[in-house]
Amino acid sequence: MFKDWFGKRKRYATLPGVQPVRREDAADAAAREERREIPEGLLIKCDRCGTITYVKELDKNLKVCRGCDYHFALSAPERIRITLDEGSFVEYDADLVSEDPLGFPGYPDKLAKSQAQSGLREAVVTGEGTIDGFAVVIGVMDSRFIMGSMGSVVGEKITRAIERATEKRLPLLLFSASGGARMQEGVLSLMQMAKTSAALARFHREGLLFISVLTNPTTGGVSASFASLGDINIAEPGALIGFAGRRIIEQTIRQKLPDDFQTAEFLLKHGQLDLVVHRKEMRATLAKLLDLHQVRRVGS
Amino acid sequence: MSGELPFEQPLVELRRKIAELRAFSEEKALDLSQEIARLEEKLRELEQEIYGNLTPWQKVQIARHPGRPTTLDFIERLLDDFVELHGDRVFGDDPAIVGGIGKFRGIPVTVVGHQKGKDTKENIARNFGMPHPEGYRKALRLMQQADKFGRPILCFINTPGAYPGMAAEERGQSEAIARNLREMAALRVPIICVVTGEGGSGGALALGVGNRLYMLENSFYSVISPEGAAALLWKDASQAQRAAETMKITAQDLLEMGVIDGIIPEPMGGAHRDVDWTAQRLGEVIAKALDELMRLSPEELIEDRYEKYRRLGVFTSLVGMADR
Ligand SMILES: [Zn+2]
Repeated sequence: MFKDWFGKRKRYATLPGVQPVRREDAADAAAREERREIPEGLLIKCDRCGTITYVKELDKNLKVCRGCDYHFALSAPERIRITLDEGSFVEYDADLVSEDPLGFPGYPDKLAKSQAQSGLREAVVTGEGTIDGFAVVIGVMDSRFIMGSMGSVVGEKITRAIERATEKRLPLLLFSASGGARMQEGVLSLMQMAKTSAALARFHREGLLFISVLTNPTTGGVSASFASLGDINIAEPGALIGFAGRRIIEQTIRQKLPDDFQTAEFLLKHGQLDLVVHRKEMRATLAKLLDLHQVRRVGS
Repeated sequence: MSGELPFEQPLVELRRKIAELRAFSEEKALDLSQEIARLEEKLRELEQEIYGNLTPWQKVQIARHPGRPTTLDFIERLLDDFVELHGDRVFGDDPAIVGGIGKFRGIPVTVVGHQKGKDTKENIARNFGMPHPEGYRKALRLMQQADKFGRPILCFINTPGAYPGMAAEERGQSEAIARNLREMAALRVPIICVVTGEGGSGGALALGVGNRLYMLENSFYSVISPEGAAALLWKDASQAQRAAETMKITAQDLLEMGVIDGIIPEPMGGAHRDVDWTAQRLGEVIAKALDELMRLSPEELIEDRYEKYRRLGVFTSLVGMADR
């Protein structure tokens, strides 16, 4: 059911499947690709502008639409691949799986379906690696897994990642993509907000750097806990970020909200973000910020 | 008594019947005392039956009762010399959260809590106890002030949730809640939190990171409102009753899950039936917890609070399972 890179392995095992391709190789491969005939069914239409592209083309462009710059969702493995140095990622806690503490209708099925579709065990992948040689602890949420919602496992994996970053005195990098707390685990999901934030309190006290990257979408209990607590909060362009859902707000205030409401740009304008960074610039921006915080370089 | 809830109708009918009988017996100078005594006995049995077996949805209705004691009701009964303090020093003073300093059994404490109104007019002024970011920031300001002066903190939680509005989003509702969670975890003084009515998701939790967390008997605490859950699950908000049962949101549920430290009893029918009695029970629990927590050092208090939330969550590790 799981992809082979998630096979039987203990903590700290590497994930061979997530190794990044060197940029030159990617370009070469793409050039080869273009000469070849591309089979049918490999086209994708942009939700926003309607531009039709080859999936391979889109991947080559980091899943950003060439027509309108729309940032398509990345899976956690894809995000790790384009963010970290090749072969540097070592995963934490891949062994943790959810239970069904409330006996919630349909939850076990939902988990099984999400696992089968995503090849992940849960909605976040955590571990450590390097960015341009700078060692970091990283967590990446995956919105394909029950909307990236935070239940006990997501909360636990993020908390453990924060605790390891604190012990190892490493910078922490969390990429959020989540609809919020996971309803199916009830109040236990709510408590993960307190748990992760309390772990960040300790991390904060140690004078360590936390960069939070909010991607589309980051809402509810995730935006109202760790995702908003970065020393630096960055978002991808166009990302939906907010506490309450648009529909609920419209019902409550009985008026239509502006189109750009709760977008990354809207938040930047209202002082809620440090930066909005294009996906193509993300890795370089993170490396620069890590450098500015004088983080130790691996091998120096 | 006014403000009876739908499930209390059988009691209302019976009480009316007894009153009618009594009036009739006086009017006609008839001795119906045996019949009246029989009905009164039946009333007691029925009360026991209804109030002794409240469903989650009935508890939700009690927790939302317009007469439910508010934070200011408890402050009035539990604190001496209370001085209310206002404002977040940044944007404004949110009436949906009240806070200040007073003496609890001789000990200066800081209190913050959600504040609902008693009638429509007051509820509009208080935004039905649904805070904006400045409310959470006021609460944090007062809690950090308490930290500075070494005062214990009492938090009273009773909100449908953080306000889902445009201005709230613009001013950073998420950030305000998140910051409270992180900063409360780091405070060096005892923090005692009590869910007194509605514990509505993140907007409740933002005052809820404490060394002790208690719930009043008929309060509830939930990641999403029963109506919201019903809308998501069955595309039908009227299924809220069913959602209330599914979500495990009562004080008893949370005690069993190890989320709360204890349940504070309410009088039969709910806290609004006898606010003084409820406040007394609340005061006893706070006094005991304070006595225990004031023996701990600042570092021990932070550690104690960390451990309390650190252990929450239910999951399985696959490591070692293959060996079995
Ligand atoms: Zn496009």
